Amino acid sequence: MLDALALRAQFPGLSGSANGKPFVYLDSAATTQKPLAVIERMDYFLRNEYGTVHRGLYARSVRSTQLYEDARATVARFLNAEVDEVVYTMGTTDAINLVAWSWGRAHLKKGDRVLVTGMEHHANIVPWQITAEITGAELVACPLLDDGSLDEEAFDRLCDERVKLVGLVHIANSLGTINPVQRLAARAKRHGALVLVDAAQSAPHLPLDVKTLGCDFLAFSGHKVYGPTGIGVLWGRRDVLASMPPWRGGGEMIEKVTFERTTFAKPPARFEAGTPPITEAIGLAAALEWLMALGLANIAATEHALYTYAEARLAEVPDLVRYGQAPQRSSVLAFNLALPGAHAADVSSLLDMQGIAIRAGHHCAQPVMARFGVPATARASLGVYTTRDDIDRLVEGLLKARTMLAM
Amino acid sequence: MSILLTQARLVDDYQALASWEDRYARIIALGRTLPPMPEALKTDDNKVRGCSSTVWLFATSESGKVVFQADSDAAIPKGLVALLLEVYNHRTPTEILAAPPEFIEELGLNQALSPNRANGLSAMVRQLMAYAAALKAQV
Repeated sequence: MLDALALRAQFPGLSGSANGKPFVYLDSAATTQKPLAVIERMDYFLRNEYGTVHRGLYARSVRSTQLYEDARATVARFLNAEVDEVVYTMGTTDAINLVAWSWGRAHLKKGDRVLVTGMEHHANIVPWQITAEITGAELVACPLLDDGSLDEEAFDRLCDERVKLVGLVHIANSLGTINPVQRLAARAKRHGALVLVDAAQSAPHLPLDVKTLGCDFLAFSGHKVYGPTGIGVLWGRRDVLASMPPWRGGGEMIEKVTFERTTFAKPPARFEAGTPPITEAIGLAAALEWLMALGLANIAATEHALYTYAEARLAEVPDLVRYGQAPQRSSVLAFNLALPGAHAADVSSLLDMQGIAIRAGHHCAQPVMARFGVPATARASLGVYTTRDDIDRLVEGLLKARTMLAM
Repeated sequence: MSILLTQARLVDDYQALASWEDRYARIIALGRTLPPMPEALKTDDNKVRGCSSTVWLFATSESGKVVFQADSDAAIPKGLVALLLEVYNHRTPTEILAAPPEFIEELGLNQALSPNRANGLSAMVRQLMAYAAALKAQV
């Protein structure tokens, strides 16, 4: 088990106060605070090692390139993947758009289907709708059960030979449901469908192994794994990436350019047009090294204990309704105060006055809100630095908010 | 009372309250005094864009004055829109357009007029001013 209290000392962003109260940060599902290991690595790189990559023939650029490619190897190790299967993107949204634009337009046609779950983030819905519009393929959503888990019988029914790609969120950002990716991927494979895993929420909380998961694509974001914004990862199986055309043209992604014809570089360079976020890639690697040193299995066990504590404490708040009670769930606690005229936004504002940061809204998952018949939910989410004291402050804050909204 | 005097009185009233709890309790209570808005007016067109909750705002003109109607599915935004109406309702478009809403920042509510997309306040003010401008143009 990890000592969250000791870890907090590594996060300068958590010290200080908000609205005159000690700061309680419970919005790590939106973005995580950054450890010194990341802040200091990026600072050092910018001060001492910064240069362009893959272009300069001078020592500084050679060094930058080395670090940038070492970072890719770190990502590969984090996912148990091969280094040439790791494509840098701007984030999870960018990674899924890459697949939808490049793979989708090259491989989907009328009559084909893309199957996603009813608990996807808009980032794994909208890119497929745009691609469907252009290719004539159809986007289909698998329904959810009342507890927020996937209706696996419906999944089996829907996952037929028309389905060419299955998009699965690993941990749903709006509910905390952990999807049985390995099992679902195996079923998708029976009809030859490819499987894309949105690991934005799972990457900071669970050990990831693309070989065990049995997927073809996996996407995650740097800023949710204690790294910087502006960098993310698309992992793709080597032969699948090789079958995909470029999606953005520019520098770095080419082999040879003439005005008559351009030939393209192999993956991953094929998908990385332009000067990349170099410092951010270095920062991402620092974050992943830091996470792997803590141990993802350790993190999962520690957070599970805290999650169980948080659920028990939230159950003490009168009128509190929870969303997402799937047997396997993690890191996200969605709820509302069921009081007339009260909204998740009110809860968030009243907690903010007490120094507590949570998220309120539709969480970019409007189909989930519609499924549970609410316009919005409040969401508290955990990180490695979240303590029982944070949860106690949340419960205290909610009791006060409830009193004020019930008056 | 002029708009500016009404604003100054509100600032005095809220600043006299000792705690944030009192100030928010007053805002929430104020929202509950808002006359009910006819369901027929709660249309997509009358929604204020840019709030994380839903706020409806509608305006008509009666003998040269702007008459606003508003509602929200959330308690604090409903109170904030009620506060805006306390200041701006039944005024002429010219009066409304000449009186900026900066007083809200002085109420001690931590509801800033910043263009944060989750914060509906600046969107409410923008819509309110847009109604006034449109009704002024009609006259």
